[in-house]
Amino acid sequence: MMLKRWGLRALFAAAAAAAWLGVAAPPAQAGEFDGVTVNIMTQTGAIQEPLQRRAPDFEKLTGAKINIIAVPFSDLYQKVLTDWASGTNSVDAAVFAPQWMVDYVAGGYLEDLTDRIKHDPKIDWQGIAPFFRNFSANYGGRTYLIPMDGDFHMLYYRTDVFKKYGLKPPATWDDYLADAKALNGKDFNGDGTKDYGSCIAKKRNAQSYWFIMDIAGSMIQSKGTAQGTFFDTRNMKPLVDNEAFRRALEILKETGKYGPPDELNLDVSDTRPLFVSGKCALNLDWGDVGVLAIDPKTSKVIDKTGAVITPGSKEVLNWDTGKLEACNATNCPYAIDGVNHSPYAAFGGWSGGINVKAKPRVKDAAYAFFSYMSQPAQSDVDVTIGKTGFNPYRTSQFTYNDVWKDSGMSKVAGDAYLGAISDSLHSPNMILDLRIPQNQKYQQVVLDEAVSRFLAGEIDVEATIKAIDGGWNDLNEQIGTESQLKYYKGTLGIQH
Amino acid sequence: MQEALPTTAAVAAARAEPASRPSAGEWLDSHTGPIMVLPAVLILLGFAIFPLIISIYLALSRFSLFQGSFRLQWVGLYNFRRLLIGTQQYHLLGTFGTLRWPEWAIFAAIVALLLVWLARHLRAPFHPFGFLGRCISAALAAGLALLVLATIVPGGYQGTLLNTCLYVLFGVIAQFLLGLGLALLCAQPIRGRTWFRVLFFIPLMVTPVGVAYMFRMLADMDKGPFAPLRRAIGLADWSWATHAWSARLMVLVGDTWQWTPFMFIVLLAAIENQPRDQLEAARLDGASSPQIFRDITWPAIAPVAATVVLIRLIEAFKIVDLPNVLTAGGPGLATESLTLHSFIAWRTQDLGGSAAVGYILLFISTVTCVSFFNYVVRWTRRFQ
Repeated sequence: MMLKRWGLRALFAAAAAAAWLGVAAPPAQAGEFDGVTVNIMTQTGAIQEPLQRRAPDFEKLTGAKINIIAVPFSDLYQKVLTDWASGTNSVDAAVFAPQWMVDYVAGGYLEDLTDRIKHDPKIDWQGIAPFFRNFSANYGGRTYLIPMDGDFHMLYYRTDVFKKYGLKPPATWDDYLADAKALNGKDFNGDGTKDYGSCIAKKRNAQSYWFIMDIAGSMIQSKGTAQGTFFDTRNMKPLVDNEAFRRALEILKETGKYGPPDELNLDVSDTRPLFVSGKCALNLDWGDVGVLAIDPKTSKVIDKTGAVITPGSKEVLNWDTGKLEACNATNCPYAIDGVNHSPYAAFGGWSGGINVKAKPRVKDAAYAFFSYMSQPAQSDVDVTIGKTGFNPYRTSQFTYNDVWKDSGMSKVAGDAYLGAISDSLHSPNMILDLRIPQNQKYQQVVLDEAVSRFLAGEIDVEATIKAIDGGWNDLNEQIGTESQLKYYKGTLGIQH
Repeated sequence: MQEALPTTAAVAAARAEPASRPSAGEWLDSHTGPIMVLPAVLILLGFAIFPLIISIYLALSRFSLFQGSFRLQWVGLYNFRRLLIGTQQYHLLGTFGTLRWPEWAIFAAIVALLLVWLARHLRAPFHPFGFLGRCISAALAAGLALLVLATIVPGGYQGTLLNTCLYVLFGVIAQFLLGLGLALLCAQPIRGRTWFRVLFFIPLMVTPVGVAYMFRMLADMDKGPFAPLRRAIGLADWSWATHAWSARLMVLVGDTWQWTPFMFIVLLAAIENQPRDQLEAARLDGASSPQIFRDITWPAIAPVAATVVLIRLIEAFKIVDLPNVLTAGGPGLATESLTLHSFIAWRTQDLGGSAAVGYILLFISTVTCVSFFNYVVRWTRRFQ
């Protein structure tokens, strides 16, 4: 069975490559970039893997040598920015978070790709889901990035375990806590050791700082994407000093009671293997878990993994009073069964951008490589492989088809996984990630540090609220509250 | 003595005579020393002194990027104020609890001891610089004592400064004791001595990041080699990574594993160099092993031991790899060292704050190491 699955996958990959070679790439392209080397910076591990794996194929096709420079995620923003801003320009292109684009574009470091895309039929631009094509990749009406990944936070759960204990996947955070509590300590994978009710990455200086917004967002934003989650769109006041954020902190802390003992030291790269090895009943993560779960080499939860939209809340924040109020038709217009869901488009999907100072031939080669990576022939395969870090972002990838089937995903698992992505992507109340200048300082510095200190028990809820509220207000003042407000409103004004 | 001093006339004549001017070769000969040293001085100036001066400027400015360039805005002591008394105080110094009378009593006792120590110096022949140095050492010691007291009381929490001091103090003590013990054992005429020496030396050869990753795997709560043992003794729901002190202990364990060999190898060399005749005489006279250690071995190795501790002290202040890889500074700020603090500030483009943390570290490590040299290393030399 294992061999068969892998054999199928290999066959499919070969067929796709052959199709691309034969149809999409005219032979005239061979050797087009002979002697050109493109230095591309990205994060270590996932994301690095597909770029590195496909670089030799691309070199054979075009002659361009792709040199991948991988750095830890926490260093990536700074390394790219320092290289470009200081004029070192040793990095010709980078694959990074689209929310950082605002700083790179403001500095004038990113090449405008609008016209290249217009004249590149092979990239199948219209096939990319509108959210990634029109929001993530764009800034000020121009396109600077090529999406290679689609990112949403989702809830994963063990279908077999939930069935065994007669539970339904949680619709609210209270359900989440109750289910995690009920299932924690049971043995799901039959190895004779206790397993965990909930696994959420909580490590400091890692990729954990997005998860608090999953919970807080579902109580703060209820009137549609344009309402906003991070700041009051009337005055740029942080939406932190209120009952919703306090409750979210308490919920996040409580999930730790039902999680692995060293959860405070686990990043998503640690919780993913935990879930896939069958040790977690519930898990919050990006789309990666769904495809890692079908990898026959490592997964013990094949066809036992369900995915749904992130849980919501029956109470939402009244922005004027700072209090939580029960959902009704007025304050929760998008509620499903009385529950307000706010799926979080966290991160926005790894995307490639090109250094404006790179040599023209290098820019051409970098663009050709990003286009190659994003073309359906490559991307349709890559999004089905867990270790790539790439998740579905093209419309064709959202429905269960032969590509998914060949990857080893069953129809049931595929429908659940792709259904959860689709529900999130099409939610009118989706949370857009923060995309104002220096957003990395707001999230990766202030929010991350305060939440991790809170989870470690160093500070209480009030001190955490004060640290985030104060930190964000300080940054607003330093950078300019008015201009930040303008940027924030600007990003929310663009509807998907 | 027999040479007469040249007369004025002779000097004038010599000056007038062009032939007596030194040739290029002679000039080179007479300046060989400075010329040979010059490249080293230039390299030192270029790579050590110049960055140090520039970083002073950085520590007193705010760095920001704009449109393809950067700006350094002079902010005076703002970065230091922010760290010592401002919004980042919790990060560097920690969060302070309320001191009650027992803590004040301990602090008063420490201050009294330091004053006695200073007074004793006044009775000896007075050197103004020596006294000033002692005042600085005493002030730092009193400050650190107060900081420790204020952050261990309820409501208090240690910052990166105390984390670093903790790594330095306990790490160096543990490494010294273990290194000395192993050196004493390996100096014995036992079988497989050479093999043990090589074995104990290996950890020093491993890159610190490698050590950190190895300990990360060893200490993994779920799949690590000790996980079954942990479950067997009923600690399945406990993790070192979640509690401040156990996480710090884990960093100390890794650091000790890596640096004990350094102490071991130097102390072993010192032990093997101790005077054989005295040892044999003591044995003939029937002295016990503790007596031999106290009266012969220790006086012989004390100066080396003090020096090796000094070198290790300087190194220990710079700890960054282990906490960064093991816990990324977490849980919360519990394992973050000053160097990691500086690195994280740098990573977030707060170059001024990063440089300020660096200068605070430089001040503390310099005062500590100079104090250690003056009061301990010199003191141990009295044995010689």
